[in-house]
Amino acid sequence: MEKELRLMKGNEAFGEAAIRAGTDGYFGYPITPQSEVMEYLMAEKPHERTGMVVLQAESEVASINMLYGGASCGKKVMTSSSSPGISLMQEGISYMAGAELPCVILNVVRGGPGLGTIQPSQSDYFQSTKGGGHGDYRLITIAPSSVQEMYDSVKLGFDLAFKYRNPVLVLSDGAIGQMMEKVEIDKQVPRHTEEEIRDKYPWATLGRYKGRERNIITSLDLDPARQERHNEALQRKYSEIEKNEVRFEKINCDDAEYIFVAYGTSARICQKSMQLARKKGIKVGILRPITLFPFPYAQVEEMAEQVKGILSVEMSAGQMVEDILLAVKGKTRVEHYGRMGGIIPSPAEVVTALEQKFMKG
Amino acid sequence: MTETTIKSDIIKPENLVYKKTDLMTDKVLSYCPGCGHGTTHRIVMEVIEEMGLMEDTIGIAPVGCSVLAYEFMNVDMQQAAHGRAPALATAVKRLMPHKTVFTYQGDGDLAAIGTAETIHAANRGENITIIFINNGIYGMTGGQMAPTTLPGMKSSTSPYGRDLDMMGHPLKITELVAQLPGTHFVTRQAVHTPANVRKTKKAIRKAFELQQQKVGMTFIEVVSNCNSGWKMTPVQANQWMVENMFPFYPLGDIKVDGEILKNN
Repeated sequence: MEKELRLMKGNEAFGEAAIRAGTDGYFGYPITPQSEVMEYLMAEKPHERTGMVVLQAESEVASINMLYGGASCGKKVMTSSSSPGISLMQEGISYMAGAELPCVILNVVRGGPGLGTIQPSQSDYFQSTKGGGHGDYRLITIAPSSVQEMYDSVKLGFDLAFKYRNPVLVLSDGAIGQMMEKVEIDKQVPRHTEEEIRDKYPWATLGRYKGRERNIITSLDLDPARQERHNEALQRKYSEIEKNEVRFEKINCDDAEYIFVAYGTSARICQKSMQLARKKGIKVGILRPITLFPFPYAQVEEMAEQVKGILSVEMSAGQMVEDILLAVKGKTRVEHYGRMGGIIPSPAEVVTALEQKFMKG
Repeated sequence: MTETTIKSDIIKPENLVYKKTDLMTDKVLSYCPGCGHGTTHRIVMEVIEEMGLMEDTIGIAPVGCSVLAYEFMNVDMQQAAHGRAPALATAVKRLMPHKTVFTYQGDGDLAAIGTAETIHAANRGENITIIFINNGIYGMTGGQMAPTTLPGMKSSTSPYGRDLDMMGHPLKITELVAQLPGTHFVTRQAVHTPANVRKTKKAIRKAFELQQQKVGMTFIEVVSNCNSGWKMTPVQANQWMVENMFPFYPLGDIKVDGEILKNN
């Protein structure tokens, strides 16, 4: 069968991927720069295509709690938003992590803090990878760096969310969401029937079917001993995720004397920076984390033993650089270069930063 | 010995005049003696049993005194974040329109922190049933002022009585919800006498029947007591409720068949 190719915006690709992945429900609220996700879904009438529910909620607070309700029934549910909206969702995300509910949440990051700007940024790294809301929990965090990866993150997101009964965050940014690229489209995956959900997810609240014990979805346990055991089980799960689900890409690392560590839009910029640097005779490679939690600590540490220095390139004040420092354990020099407030660095300025931080004085 | 003989003579199926519904678990209720929650739980579950809806019902518990409703209600249950039960119920019902979906919420949960979720779920005409317990106070956290606390009424955060200039007015959210075109049946009931329990149960049954007809939201307020929060005995609390709560929150249907009744 011939591949279906389309030219799409990142946000539209995410919407189409949602329908094709057999998603049961999307619940969202408009915010720039991700409103195209819901606009695309509404225009596509997924209710007619697959029976998928698309609902515009009254707030991001309501959206994420709609996900809680839908996920509790074993349904594939998702939402999308941008930074200020994702902040509003943190309470619900914490509840979903506590109740071990699968879902996919897209953050098309814009600059903050506060209302900030509508331009792209990567300043939500801490919020995404270190918990975000209250309590000890982690989100599986996937960072796409192309429109194709935006598309692919839906299926990967649901696979991981249901495998581990954990929310998955797709950490994109305004540039990936808005830019247009070629996308290869999957064939339609059918939505699960109620019987399939009953078989696959016996914990789902679909009604007390045929006299089974009732199912309860809650994050509450007032007994400290039981609550601690629950927390310990969550931590074991996060360790499993760290063991099994690290994803990364290495580009030109074999002979590299320096590497850029960058994800998302920054990783795209670093590809050009790498070419510019190599033209100048500086042997640069890229290590691109695809999952930010779990972070590729071992792979970064391995590179630290080989290179003279690592430059963390982020559109933030320096957030991922803390994980790089943890990985490197002092084995090589680590520096950060970043722009904030919605400014996207140019490939040339990244090369200049590399030279200034590692090769001058 | 004689006593035992008499007991076994009495306990026979043909002598059974009342039986706890199987849809209430055997767990000891966490509610204070005299509180209306226990009775309301029971009649909601009785209606589900009598209508044969157990296999297709999903209930949503709130945050507040009834946060542990899922310990007592023997159907599939979800426990929501504070105020968000109508958002959960919206998704459950939209994703599975053939199920019976209800939320069970207190006044702090529904009429303060969850006002937006309540109003918008009602306004969208979600085919869900909301059971709303109004006792004019935050019971679980120790008797603080609620959006429904009466003028002059004392609570731990209005120790000299609710001062309307400083603390604002009590919110009649049920009347507000009745104004919205998405609601079909809105009523206010109580469970302090056997007659009222029967009326409330009838209203709950009507709401679940209407839910099956997909006519929009059904909303039942139950004005209740909080003897520990009000610092009264159960009997005093019920009396106080009749004398003070009912004049402000009058019992009876507010909206029937999508039409607001004239006296409202």
